[in-house]
Amino acid sequence: MNKKRLRESTKDNINGFLFALPWIVGFLVFSLYPLITSLYYSFTSFSPVVTPKWVGLENYTYIFNDPLFYKSLSNTLFFAFIATPINLIIALGLAVLINQKFFGRGIARTIFFMPSVIPMVASTMIWIWMFDPTYGFINNGLKFLGIEGPAWLINPGTTKWALVMMGAWCTGTTMLICLAALQDVPHSYYESADIDGANAMVKFFRITLPCIAHVVVYQAILNLINAFQYFTQVYVITTASDGVTSGASGGPENSILMYPLYLFHNAFIYMKMGRASAMAWVLFAIVGVLTIIMMKITKKTVAGGAGGE
Amino acid sequence: MNKTYSYYMHHARKIPKYVLIIVLCMIFLMPFVVMISTSFKTMNDAFSMPVSILPREFTLNNYPAAINKIPYMRYMANTIFITALTLLGQIIVTPMVAYSLAKIHWKGVGIISVLLLATMMIPYAVTMIPLYKIWHAIGLTNTYAPLIVPAFFGNSFYIIIMRQFFKGLPNSLMEAAKIDGTNEFQRYIMIALPLCKPALTTVGIYTFLSAWSDYLGPLIYITKKDKLTLSLGLQQFLNQYTVDWTMLMAAAAIFVMPVAILFLIFQKNFVEGIATTGIKS
Repeated sequence: MNKKRLRESTKDNINGFLFALPWIVGFLVFSLYPLITSLYYSFTSFSPVVTPKWVGLENYTYIFNDPLFYKSLSNTLFFAFIATPINLIIALGLAVLINQKFFGRGIARTIFFMPSVIPMVASTMIWIWMFDPTYGFINNGLKFLGIEGPAWLINPGTTKWALVMMGAWCTGTTMLICLAALQDVPHSYYESADIDGANAMVKFFRITLPCIAHVVVYQAILNLINAFQYFTQVYVITTASDGVTSGASGGPENSILMYPLYLFHNAFIYMKMGRASAMAWVLFAIVGVLTIIMMKITKKTVAGGAGGE
Repeated sequence: MNKTYSYYMHHARKIPKYVLIIVLCMIFLMPFVVMISTSFKTMNDAFSMPVSILPREFTLNNYPAAINKIPYMRYMANTIFITALTLLGQIIVTPMVAYSLAKIHWKGVGIISVLLLATMMIPYAVTMIPLYKIWHAIGLTNTYAPLIVPAFFGNSFYIIIMRQFFKGLPNSLMEAAKIDGTNEFQRYIMIALPLCKPALTTVGIYTFLSAWSDYLGPLIYITKKDKLTLSLGLQQFLNQYTVDWTMLMAAAAIFVMPVAILFLIFQKNFVEGIATTGIKS
């Protein structure tokens, strides 16, 4: 009996391993190996045709003395800490709206969600056209309201806000997750609040928000990590305004030179792949620290929410 | 009297909410309206003041013009080829790995589950350069291998969706089949796989979307002009001193169309997939 069970568990181990084998190989080849070599490369100087040569901390000293590194980092930090909260609030607002019963609710949900499934390149191009200072929809719409719109993608002061608007339009995924969390809030909580005569504001801040806090914070983490990887939109915009694909542009006065874009320039245009690897590890460190901080906050809010009930 | 008053008040109170919803829907729809409408405008119409939302002179010419301006059909064939093979890889591998994590009791389950989440946290920027170096070293840049091959080794995000689904299947089914003397592979093929169709559809749709829209992958690996994908090909409209927006919007509309149709058909799968991964992990 015991022997049989032992044989059974060996068989399970073999089967389990075989079924998971593709992923294990993929993990070793496409995640672990690149992760380790990337760290090594960050201490070397190389390009695709030159073998890596050890240079010690040179790449790191270079980037920490590079004004464009700081420019790109501050652009990304702005985006992460301004655009992410804005998007989160919009997503939550839309979710609260959709969570109510009204005629055409399904259609509204489809409309709010649709932009986030459209290929990024296509939607970015539509927005570039809409941001056209003279013939674009946005400024003509503003003119209709009596407002003189700026040259969105040309004026360095407004480029980032144009990106924020584009981001707000693509907030559907976060909205859906918030919506699912809202639907999980037990109905009885609201009923007892009704008996106590609580108004909608009180109900939202005292019941809804604590109940969905863990989901919202988790979404904040994900959106923040994504903000640090924001690439396609700015790449399309900067290459479009230049009229050349080979150039390395960061938009007007480098105002939308996001960190991953500058990293890409270093790696694939200047062919400084060692330096780009160093930038990647600085990015990894920032994202890692942020994730840990946010996870600590999540634990606290979840614990606090449960204690408050 | 009192009753009708409260009846009207009840409905009147809803009006601001409906106005808000309609305005928001119009804002979210506007970029699509602009795309479609511009694609049916003449160049003169699009670039004359005052700008109108709907075309003043309706034309269909932008669509054939866009297709002829760049090798559109070639790019579409390339994109379909990459998407189809990526889809094949994910559909074969994802349920296998997920099955081993959800339905087989073996030593690796714990560690793999942790690593699945960990790999999702690695920024692409970190692995991008070493991977490029590998593909370059074996001479496979400017082929679709770097874009397709990884799909045959599974994707953490999809595996998590699938694993969640398999966990929901009753173990009794497997136990019964086990007593009948089937082996693990037979149980997987004959019981688990046919039951996981809904989750597999979800994974398939996500895979389709990300492969169809992928930008960074082709940007890094494909430089030969005849090998580009649609997402890169569209860029060629922008790399000119005066961009022909009417033509570009027509090109974009054709590119977006399959995604939009798929989304409208499978909306339920999208929503469920997002909800399970967003909340339960």
